[in-house]
Amino acid sequence: MRDKYKRIPVPVRYLINAVLCALFLVIVQSLISGGAISRYQSGILAQIGVYIIMAVSLNIATGYLGQLPLGHAGFMSIGGYSCAIFMMRLSDKLGVETADLLVPGLIFGGCVAALFGLIIGIPALRLKGDYLAIVTLGFAEIIRVFMLNIDSLLGFKFTGGAGGLTGIPRYSNFLNVFITVILVCFFIHTMMKSRHGRAILAIRDNEIAAEASGVNVSYYKTLAFVISAFFAGIGGGLHAGNIGVMDPTKFGFMESIEILVMVVLGGMGSMLGSISAATVITIVNQALTSLSEYRMVIYALLLIVVMMFRPKGLFGTYDFSLNHVMERLLNRDFPKRMNRGAKK
Amino acid sequence: MIFFQQLLNGLQLGSIYALVALGYTMVYGIILLLNFAHGDIIMVGAYVSWAVMTRLQLGPVTAVFASILLCTLLGVIIEKVAYAPLRSAPRLSLLITAIGVSYFLENGAQLIFGADGKNMTAIFSIPNLTIGSLTLSSTALVTLAVTILAMMGLLVLVHKTKMGKAMRAVSEDMGAAQLMGISVNATISFTFAIGSLLAGIGSVLYSNIYQMATPTMGSMLGLKAFVAAVLGGIGSIPGAMIGGFAVGFIEIFVSAIKIGQQSLSVWRDAVVFAILIIVLVVKPTGIMGHKVREKV
Amino acid sequence: MKKLFALLLAVTMALAITACSSSGGSEDSIKIGLLAPLTGEVAQYGLSVSSGAELYIKEINEAGGINGKTIEVIKYDEQGDATEAVNNYYRLVDDGVVGIIGDVTSAPTVAVAQASVEDNMPMVTASATDPSVISYGSNFFQACLNEPYQGTTMASFAANELGVTSAATIYNTGDDYSIGCNDAFVEQCGELGVQVLAQEGYADGDVDFNAQLTSIIASGAQAIFCPNYYQDDGMIVTQARTLGFTGYILGVDGWTNTHEYTDPENLYDCYFCTSFAIIDDEKINEFAEAYRAENDKDPGNFEALGYDAAMVLINGIKAAEDAGLEAGSDEYKQAVIDGIANGVVEGVTGEISYDGTGAPTKSIMIVSLDSGSPEFYMNY
Repeated sequence: MRDKYKRIPVPVRYLINAVLCALFLVIVQSLISGGAISRYQSGILAQIGVYIIMAVSLNIATGYLGQLPLGHAGFMSIGGYSCAIFMMRLSDKLGVETADLLVPGLIFGGCVAALFGLIIGIPALRLKGDYLAIVTLGFAEIIRVFMLNIDSLLGFKFTGGAGGLTGIPRYSNFLNVFITVILVCFFIHTMMKSRHGRAILAIRDNEIAAEASGVNVSYYKTLAFVISAFFAGIGGGLHAGNIGVMDPTKFGFMESIEILVMVVLGGMGSMLGSISAATVITIVNQALTSLSEYRMVIYALLLIVVMMFRPKGLFGTYDFSLNHVMERLLNRDFPKRMNRGAKK
Repeated sequence: MIFFQQLLNGLQLGSIYALVALGYTMVYGIILLLNFAHGDIIMVGAYVSWAVMTRLQLGPVTAVFASILLCTLLGVIIEKVAYAPLRSAPRLSLLITAIGVSYFLENGAQLIFGADGKNMTAIFSIPNLTIGSLTLSSTALVTLAVTILAMMGLLVLVHKTKMGKAMRAVSEDMGAAQLMGISVNATISFTFAIGSLLAGIGSVLYSNIYQMATPTMGSMLGLKAFVAAVLGGIGSIPGAMIGGFAVGFIEIFVSAIKIGQQSLSVWRDAVVFAILIIVLVVKPTGIMGHKVREKV
Repeated sequence: MKKLFALLLAVTMALAITACSSSGGSEDSIKIGLLAPLTGEVAQYGLSVSSGAELYIKEINEAGGINGKTIEVIKYDEQGDATEAVNNYYRLVDDGVVGIIGDVTSAPTVAVAQASVEDNMPMVTASATDPSVISYGSNFFQACLNEPYQGTTMASFAANELGVTSAATIYNTGDDYSIGCNDAFVEQCGELGVQVLAQEGYADGDVDFNAQLTSIIASGAQAIFCPNYYQDDGMIVTQARTLGFTGYILGVDGWTNTHEYTDPENLYDCYFCTSFAIIDDEKINEFAEAYRAENDKDPGNFEALGYDAAMVLINGIKAAEDAGLEAGSDEYKQAVIDGIANGVVEGVTGEISYDGTGAPTKSIMIVSLDSGSPEFYMNY
């Protein structure tokens, strides 16, 4: 008789992951405070964090739910504006530092984005495929026009119009962005492993079959969409604090596409894919800056070439799990076929 | 009087949208691809018109033929190089490729021609018609006439010819069409050629009205035309036409409404998209689209 | 497949490394930064500003630089995006620049202005006309005249010189510059008793202005104020004349190239205010010739302002170099800022000096396009 397949108990797994995350944060943070990472590089790190949040949140709707929303930048914009305005107004009223209001600010931004996600999600999710894409695209465009012109309707300075919302205290930094990234990823990961996550995946794989098996399709579709919008709002809030300006023209159609490119390039339904694509694309964009006029041409060609050779994205649906790797190491002498591989 | 003038403005703008939307609809109808590069093909066409007329001084007739020909060619090349290898790939990958092609054309044009717009003289200069106090812009009338002719030609092509039959068959079921002996690749290439030919005609009319070519002109035009195609019911030829004119009229009439001293013109894009959302929610396949029943 | 990816990755890494390592300069050079959109929707303005600024730097270097040190320009593309502008600002700080020319459009410039205050980095924007860009710190200077000044000037000119009693405006609501000029114009019209019959907005990227223009013509306004950039202005003039508008069309300094974007016969009764135009003037001819030799086209307002912004910054750096301070130190930066604030330069857009704020004091002129090309009309 062979030994039993050795498993790592659940609390230990979480502990290992938590320790690794903390280690990562501590190392990078000490490099920043030590001056080994310049302000430019730490700004880029924060930007990478923001785009990781944007990509993993879009991945909920695209990769897990199997829909194609083209208006993710709209939620980012709503979240960013509401978070920044909320924090600025409240810190004036209460007389506290803006940065101390980060947690309520982000939650507020996320909730406003989620509310809009609900408003647009209920009618839009009745539509299929490309029609959903168009409705969300149209919605994001409306948001953009709204942010641009709302001041002239209200008659006082609210979003700052074309000049953008300026003077936002720069409350985001590497540490709070990446703590948020880890929390968001953890939440999405556990959600997808739960009953709710399985229902969402079932809808992606076969909507009719899922419905027949008793999954409340419209409830779960809306839920996934709202959660996706919520995290996009949080991403937007962090973005506002990283740059200090909310420029309404940034959150157009192109920005939504940029985020979608990250998700598709990384592999739809793969969190690892979203994270690495968000990182790689942000860095490539920076690396190519010195090529100025040639940059976008090269970027476009890279996009086409990658899609031609890896149409399913860099990682497909593969997701990295430290636990699987460790268990495989623990059970080296175990027959291969018994290993629970991560690949399908 | 103002009303008639605005009506004409709407017709002119709508004609351009309709022509571009026809190209979108054709391509979508056959391979279900939102061809984001379609607007940029028009941009290339406008630059060709400019180059032929202003740089090479070859006259308007050459300019018209050169831009239509080059647009058609470009459409076919894009399909062969970028889209054909991805025929069995997930549709989203195809979409990303289309976005890549669009970026490439826009930024390539900026590299070659510079970021500044290029101004050209009107291609056809016909004096305006004046009826009473009403000035009818002749460019608007030419644009309208060409668009209607293009749509009728397209209807004949799709419904009365053998190639049209093949196109309809491929769009219905690619596999079955292949089994029936239809060359799927040739049909798709032909569809792209026709779509791009329409883009070429669109670029000529656009250059004639606005007399300007800029590297990024295709993106907003493409987006609006795409909205028009969806509003009318994507995949439907009369739908694209109706959608195009609807978007044109909505834009013009929203701009014409005034509240106090300010007009509503800045909200026109928002109104177009809001109407699109409402139409899709009420009738999910657009005005002229027909519902495809999903089989289990 | 995997090899291809390894290759792609390697190429990317190599690019990243070269991008990082290329910033090392020689000992005898002074590094300045240039921040501008070189790609994207507003690339034409950024490319124009940077070509003007680079021309000045080239001339300075050919004349021997500053005290024998050559000037090295590090140029980054911010794509017209505030995020990239801030990123690239920090990147320039990393590269060790002693001053920055930039940014070009308003929103990114405001973002950079906010960020630059903590470093007290000397910055000169060529073209961000938003008055708020200089409100964050004393380190920020404009080479251009701000929006309220331009809008007010045109309203006074219309009322006093042209005798206009009713006007309408058409402006880009996606652009701070247009909105600022428009608001100032409308306010000044109110002061002077000129009736503003319509204010028509349009969105960024629009090419069809027929609806707005039809309303304006129907309102019976004698003049249209059109405070936008030249490409839009050219199309607006063409469309207004096609629709039968025969009154005055007025603009601001974004109009400098408008005559290249419409037919000459449409340009009758068109006036704009600016501090630069290709008119027959010794200084301007000299600049225009030098520019044409480099770029094979006529310079416009953005090119001239870029040239002057470089001149303003270099003037400040000269002061710091003459004082023999160490590049990059806090005293050096302050010396550059003081040098700019107290200096007077003879730019191609006029004599530029700063009296206590970052906004320049310089003359403004009215240019007429009656003949189809810009001609000096009057000083105002």
